[in-house]
Amino acid sequence: MTAWESSRRPRIVRVDGDFPGARLTRIWETEPGLKGWLSSVDHKEIGKRYIITALIFLVLGGVEALVMRLQLAGPDQHVLTPEQYDQLFTMHGVTMIFLYAAPILTGFSNYLWPLLLGSRDMAFPRLNALSYWVYLAAGLFMYAGFVTGQGPDDGWFNYVPYASRAFSPGINIDVYALGLILLGISTTVGSVNFVVSFLRTRAPGMSIDRVPILTWGTLTASVANLLAVPSVSLAFFLLWMDRQFGTHFFGASQGQPLLWQHLFWMFGHPWVYAIVLPAMGMVSDALPAFCRRPLVGYTPVALSTVGTMALGFGVWVHHMFATGLPSLALSFFSGASLIITIPSAVAVFAWTATIWTGRPVIRTAFLFFASMIVLFVIGGVSGVMTASTPVDWQLTQTYFIVAHIHYVLIGINVFPVVGAVYYWFPKMTGRLLDERLGQVNFWTMFIGFNLGFFPMHLLGLMGMPRRIYTYGADMGWSSMNMVVSLGSFLFAVGILLLFINIAISLKRGRIAGPDPWGAPTLEWSVPSPPPPYNFAVIPTVESRHPLWEHWLEETPARSRLDEGLLLDRGRETIGTTALDGEPNLILEMPADTIAPFALAGGLAVTFVGALFHAWWLAGLGGAVVAASLVAWFWPRRVHADMDKADG
Amino acid sequence: MADAATLGPELPVGARGRNSVGWLGMLCLIGTEASLFAYLLFSYAYFLVRFGPAWLPTRHPSLLLAGPNTLILLASSVAVWWGEGGARQGRRGRLLAGLGGAIALGLLFLTVQIFEWKAKAFTLTSSAYGSFYFTITGFHMAHVVVGVTILAVVFAWSAAGDFTPRRHEPVVISSAYWHFVDVVWLVVFTAFYIAPYLTAAP
Repeated sequence: MTAWESSRRPRIVRVDGDFPGARLTRIWETEPGLKGWLSSVDHKEIGKRYIITALIFLVLGGVEALVMRLQLAGPDQHVLTPEQYDQLFTMHGVTMIFLYAAPILTGFSNYLWPLLLGSRDMAFPRLNALSYWVYLAAGLFMYAGFVTGQGPDDGWFNYVPYASRAFSPGINIDVYALGLILLGISTTVGSVNFVVSFLRTRAPGMSIDRVPILTWGTLTASVANLLAVPSVSLAFFLLWMDRQFGTHFFGASQGQPLLWQHLFWMFGHPWVYAIVLPAMGMVSDALPAFCRRPLVGYTPVALSTVGTMALGFGVWVHHMFATGLPSLALSFFSGASLIITIPSAVAVFAWTATIWTGRPVIRTAFLFFASMIVLFVIGGVSGVMTASTPVDWQLTQTYFIVAHIHYVLIGINVFPVVGAVYYWFPKMTGRLLDERLGQVNFWTMFIGFNLGFFPMHLLGLMGMPRRIYTYGADMGWSSMNMVVSLGSFLFAVGILLLFINIAISLKRGRIAGPDPWGAPTLEWSVPSPPPPYNFAVIPTVESRHPLWEHWLEETPARSRLDEGLLLDRGRETIGTTALDGEPNLILEMPADTIAPFALAGGLAVTFVGALFHAWWLAGLGGAVVAASLVAWFWPRRVHADMDKADG
Repeated sequence: MADAATLGPELPVGARGRNSVGWLGMLCLIGTEASLFAYLLFSYAYFLVRFGPAWLPTRHPSLLLAGPNTLILLASSVAVWWGEGGARQGRRGRLLAGLGGAIALGLLFLTVQIFEWKAKAFTLTSSAYGSFYFTITGFHMAHVVVGVTILAVVFAWSAAGDFTPRRHEPVVISSAYWHFVDVVWLVVFTAFYIAPYLTAAP
């Protein structure tokens, strides 16, 4: 019936000119045209789409912020009505936290993981495509609400009872609820993919103490997502039930409004770490390349990454100190919030020591990574302050908190991400970004950011509440708000310079070659941009720094990069054991397929149907989802034999 | 062509039961779904703690239908497990009988559950307890529907002869999901049907 080959001994070959690349290109490349584009499951393609889409959302969220800063630049302004201001600050938060901060890191991880791990793709390439399409659908879903004036308008954490139907009768909150559940599906399938890829697709010899820190960061975030995302999806589902079907979960009379805050922050706090740990991982991997020495304290950094997240599940109540909970609960969560600074700070000391004991080469990427340490410390200190309950009582719901969250999220997400763009852009495109413009780019962003956000601490201490749409001239906040607005526009100019640099360098940037930085990890051993199959032969890894072994001389063993397993009977990569990275399986990878796109489309239709109670439409979408899934999992009866096709 | 004399270790090709990435993917899915039910039951427990036992309906839930129905669902797990053994041994008849039996028992569970729902004195909107009862058992019902659908598709593939003793990971993976759906029911059943008898007098 079938000609399945149950096992084989793959050939070990040496890379020689076009061999075996030409043949592998035929096997792995995506066919041109729209169908190929919609069907591609190449992790590099998906990663780039993630990054570009997330950057577009960054611009949208940034423009929203700038409009708000126009409104707040002086007292009693009328640029916006209060209702418009509500939608703007809500969409700004939703966009930056859900549609930019996490997806941009997913994009980098999608692009980089197989290259870092010595694999030809992720464990589930089609799931990768699905994750992207659903993310895009969720973003369009929420923005469709926004542009029609029906966008979320109750703040990104959407507290009840404001968000209940009695006080928010439009479909605004339903758009948010269903949009975020849809996004949760994307996050979940993406996380499954990272967890399994970490466990099974590392190159032979890459035991778990040899993986780059970025993979620890993304793995930790992914495990946390699997455990935490159901909480927020459920909270929004129950809220939607309350609003549409009259259940009694969060209502003031029969329900428990405070349960909303518990469910939201049981998700929300781990999520904060999920959107910074992978970025910290990028710094841990890229900073050493500019310091010309390995990261100081690999093991403590990896362990503290996991430890931070573990503790991160036990601090959610510090978002709820002012809700009248018993003081025993406040003490416990206050203590946990203070303790979490210990694992969080390990990486800071590790980076500082790496710079201190290294020979830093000052490039734009280095500036972004090094400045991130400073911003992290400032954001961390304001976090420690508000971990103390009495201080939090004074400062909660003021601009001090706005300053804190922005120092943390821009400091530990945006700055590392822009640094990562400078660092990995040559790998993705084959060209370097312009260095001189890059330095201007950095200093504009750094000065603009601190000018825009540091005074917010003071505004908060002076009592300016967050989320007010205007203020009176007699409050004494006017001049400082003007400074904040000027700083935020300067920061925006910095971001604009990044895009200008990208636009110029895509065409005219210096050719990078495989390894422009003299960096230690596997992605720099392949051409820039990498071929569709990533690695012509599967590398064998003997240390954490496969490309630095010749001068580090930590061990006599040498990684083998141009000689290894040739897997060329269709799309194949090596499956290895979870801890030691011993080969134990040849993984057959799926071909390009339209199924993920169709599935995501079906899901989107289902959610649109649910939004408008058009159940026939929801049913139609559900049928598309089911059909896509059956096609997806259809067993492969015949395995294409590429040898025959090639003659 | 380069010299092809050297060969790597003998390695199995493609997915192979629990050595497949699909198996790990299913474990991740089960982990995140288990979290979902944990948050649901946490919310239920939160109400119970905040409002006290008086929040529960005055009459304890009847076990007349739910008790036997629980046994029906457990029996379906046994059927899947038995059928999976057939897949391992290449006995297609046993595989089909096991899967078919599980599908039938799953459908029977759903039918009984609908009668159980109709017998309730409260509704989704009459009280917060009713909201929880129907939402949580509804979530579980949805999982049973999905599980039965998966088993039906795997049944069709089995009937078409797509699986061999060595390659039948869809059977292994879908049966893991089915066992999970059963275990979740045991927890939900305990929370809604058993726990009230342990807390307060009727």
